[in-house]
Amino acid sequence: MKSAVVLLPGLNRDRDMIAALTKISGKAPATVWQTDTEIPDVDLIVIPGGFSYGDYLRCGAIAARTPVMRAVAEKAAQGVMVMGVCNGFQILLETGLLPGALMRNASLKFVCREVKLEVANANTAFTRAYEPGQIIRCPVAHHDGNYFADPETLARIEGNGQVVFRYAEDTNPNGSINDIAGVMNEAGNVLGLMPHPENLIEAAHGGSDGRALFEGVLGIAA
Amino acid sequence: MTIPNAIPITPELVAAHGLKPDEYQRILDLIGREPSFTELGIFSAMWNEHCSYKSSKKWLRTLPTKGPRVLVGPGENAGVVDIGDGDVVVFKMESHNHPSYIEPYQGAATGVGGILRDVFTMGARPIAAMNALRFGAPDHPKTKHLVSGVVAGIGGYGNAFGVPVVGGEVNFDERYNGNILVNAFAAGLAKADGIFLSQAKGVGLPVVYLGAKTGRDGVGGATMASAEFDDKIEEKRPTVQVGDPFTEKCLLEACLELMASGAVIAIQDMGAAGLTCSAVEMGAKGDLGIRLELDKVPVREERMSAYEMMLSESQERMLMVLRPEQEEEAEAIFRKWGLDLAIVGWTTDDLRFRVIHQGEEVANLPIKELGDEAPEYDRPWVETAKPAPLADTDVPQADIADALLKMLGSPDLSSRRWVWEQYDTLIQGNSLQIPGGDAGVVRVDTHPTKALAFSADVTPRYCEADPFEGGKQAIAECWRNLTATGALPLAATDNLNFGNPERPEIMGQLVGAIKGIGEACRALDFPIVSGNVSLYNETNGRGILPTPAIGGVGLIDDWSKMARIRFAGPGERILLVGAPATWGGHLGQSMYLRDIHGRRDGTAPPVDLAKEKLAGDFVRAMIRAGALSAVHDVSDGGLAVALAEMAIASGIGAEVQMPVDIDPIPVWFGEDQGRYLVTISRADPGLVRDIQDEAAELGISAPWIGETGGTELKLAGARPIPVADLKAAHEGWFPKFMDA
Repeated sequence: MKSAVVLLPGLNRDRDMIAALTKISGKAPATVWQTDTEIPDVDLIVIPGGFSYGDYLRCGAIAARTPVMRAVAEKAAQGVMVMGVCNGFQILLETGLLPGALMRNASLKFVCREVKLEVANANTAFTRAYEPGQIIRCPVAHHDGNYFADPETLARIEGNGQVVFRYAEDTNPNGSINDIAGVMNEAGNVLGLMPHPENLIEAAHGGSDGRALFEGVLGIAA
Repeated sequence: MTIPNAIPITPELVAAHGLKPDEYQRILDLIGREPSFTELGIFSAMWNEHCSYKSSKKWLRTLPTKGPRVLVGPGENAGVVDIGDGDVVVFKMESHNHPSYIEPYQGAATGVGGILRDVFTMGARPIAAMNALRFGAPDHPKTKHLVSGVVAGIGGYGNAFGVPVVGGEVNFDERYNGNILVNAFAAGLAKADGIFLSQAKGVGLPVVYLGAKTGRDGVGGATMASAEFDDKIEEKRPTVQVGDPFTEKCLLEACLELMASGAVIAIQDMGAAGLTCSAVEMGAKGDLGIRLELDKVPVREERMSAYEMMLSESQERMLMVLRPEQEEEAEAIFRKWGLDLAIVGWTTDDLRFRVIHQGEEVANLPIKELGDEAPEYDRPWVETAKPAPLADTDVPQADIADALLKMLGSPDLSSRRWVWEQYDTLIQGNSLQIPGGDAGVVRVDTHPTKALAFSADVTPRYCEADPFEGGKQAIAECWRNLTATGALPLAATDNLNFGNPERPEIMGQLVGAIKGIGEACRALDFPIVSGNVSLYNETNGRGILPTPAIGGVGLIDDWSKMARIRFAGPGERILLVGAPATWGGHLGQSMYLRDIHGRRDGTAPPVDLAKEKLAGDFVRAMIRAGALSAVHDVSDGGLAVALAEMAIASGIGAEVQMPVDIDPIPVWFGEDQGRYLVTISRADPGLVRDIQDEAAELGISAPWIGETGGTELKLAGARPIPVADLKAAHEGWFPKFMDA
């Protein structure tokens, strides 16, 4: 499977993401720049973490209005898999590709630590390499990861199995409603999550619980 | 030649620029006329303590700065050290003390921005950062506000820029009540043949301005940083710059791209004293004149005067000399990143620093003299009187378990998790050890097995008691912390924070500390390759504790053999390498005396550098041979605290004996130097004897002091303490303090 990584000024986990995709799939992803209006023919588009456009105005708000994100939205509508991590999740929300919003952490502080995640829905194209309900380790590093949705939306996404990851074992680091750490769209081809699976994929990271996400989405047998 | 002066140069104006009457006379002698207002500003920027090192230069020259691996030493934006395979590590530590006290968030943020720029100006991509922070007493009304602002500022800038924080220090002492210290360290990786310097080369070449636009922020900041504080300090808030990490991140990417294109001849970041300092340095180093045309400088405010433009400390700006034939290419790269690029001047052959503004020449000064002939002082100094040693019988008693719990939960020894969880410690995906161990470790991602270790250290209370021993100890502890991971210490950067050098007793502290640092660096093959001096850290005439912070870098050949502080499992044998016969005993200036008994007396613990090296080289060799399962250096708080930290990190207890028939207090809490706690797996029963034999042959004592296991720390002669209680004490203080 082929993948592409979206590059925007101010993103800073792009190199981590490219390294993870390269190490796991054996080939380097294509990259697309903020002004690109076309995205090459790939099976997966990843929007990495960071602080696109300084997170000025509102996290992801400026990025959501770039030419490249319009192209991403078109691809998503065609059914191409799209995954946004951290700032990438914020951008997908601002683009309207995912439901809900991310607010400032309840602590009002940036938080970088390892948390536990429950794979709340293992029956997705992204999480199929995990067991249902599996608890995995994963680091977080963000200032605005406090997921929120109105009661109606919340009931809908919970009912549809769109909540894919939840903070587990009392490790919710940001006050997210229902401990939500990652959600997907109704069609199941767009996923956003705050934690950083790309930073837990090899021995040097002290664990590789994040690897199965990439293996699942890239269709690589573990 | 005269340059008309709209503003008369009065003695008051000269004094307000931080220039002494004899320094002003020197200016008159040098240029043979009265300087213009802009020129006065330029001199003040170049000749202040912060930029010229005029009080410390004589002593800084005595430090060892060379070594087989040192490619670039002090004098450039950062030091450069060879790590083999064509790779180099580029690093420096720098203070941003005064601004951080006045405006903690922006002061600390721009301190981080400045040190990162120093590193990528050299052509290196930043891979690790540390911060050495000193605050006033926890109960001082400003302390919480300063801690929260500084930590948020460091995180706000560094997290957005995208460099992992892997280590640092946070201390509290009432002597920093009116003058906190924010020392920021950054390191980057580059190729040995891809290093860029500030020396301009070639006449008639374009001097190019890159990055953010110039505003009025920070005008006169470097002069402010060279003055003492008084009660009117709040009025200086406008001299603090405002940081924009987004622009800096774009500037990093644009600079690295531009460097890779081959267009860059010379580059200098605009830090303290902005355009003035960067232009003068580039010209003076290259034996070239510089002609600046200020009307071409990108500005973000209207009607800025030449004076303001020359002294602005607006952040995220660079000055370069570019190959003219690649100008268009350079412009395309900068436009891609949304940054300004403008030709603002030319290199000349007349060795003059000329500044043109609105068609008028507002400065015309000899460039070499401006840079190289700054005043240099041999300031009078007196040697610091050493405190009397503690009498042998003077061993104040306390319940060992209670004292240990109190110390672990004290402002200086408690866990700094509250701080470092606000920093991104994992970004770039190469962090092998994050804060909380002896040193931070980052993998070299271009190499299959190499890693770099980083540690920041100094014990100010030792330096206050004995600047020479304190200076030695700062180097030795840094070297020891790097060694404890298995790294070979390569080189260090020094950030010397002291009070007013015009007072002989303060100058004596500076001289003593530099002598101690030099002696330790020579003994340990640990040269100083970059650094920064911050003086006048005083408020209303009272100086800070002398604080020569050291940032060290070490090389690990194979990170799979790296050591950590946590106990690896139950049943491991614990050895104390480098111990004196009584295992420990030096209570003078210890945390135990200070925090349990409120005493700050006795001598600082001496460092035996020959023994230090023997013990360290031995421990490192054992780590590299794979013989040790955990390693921790013994420092603040002594043996009991070091054992507790290993237990807390692993959740595993230990039972530890003690030499017979001696007072347990100095054994558990003495701060004797040169000691390591190491553990050996029980799977190899002969290994303990082998290691002890080998150590004995080298003349190093390595007593077997106990065994890991259980859920309690059992120190001989003390009540057993559950590891959970140790952890609760250790983790509890900081959040409780900040949330109160």
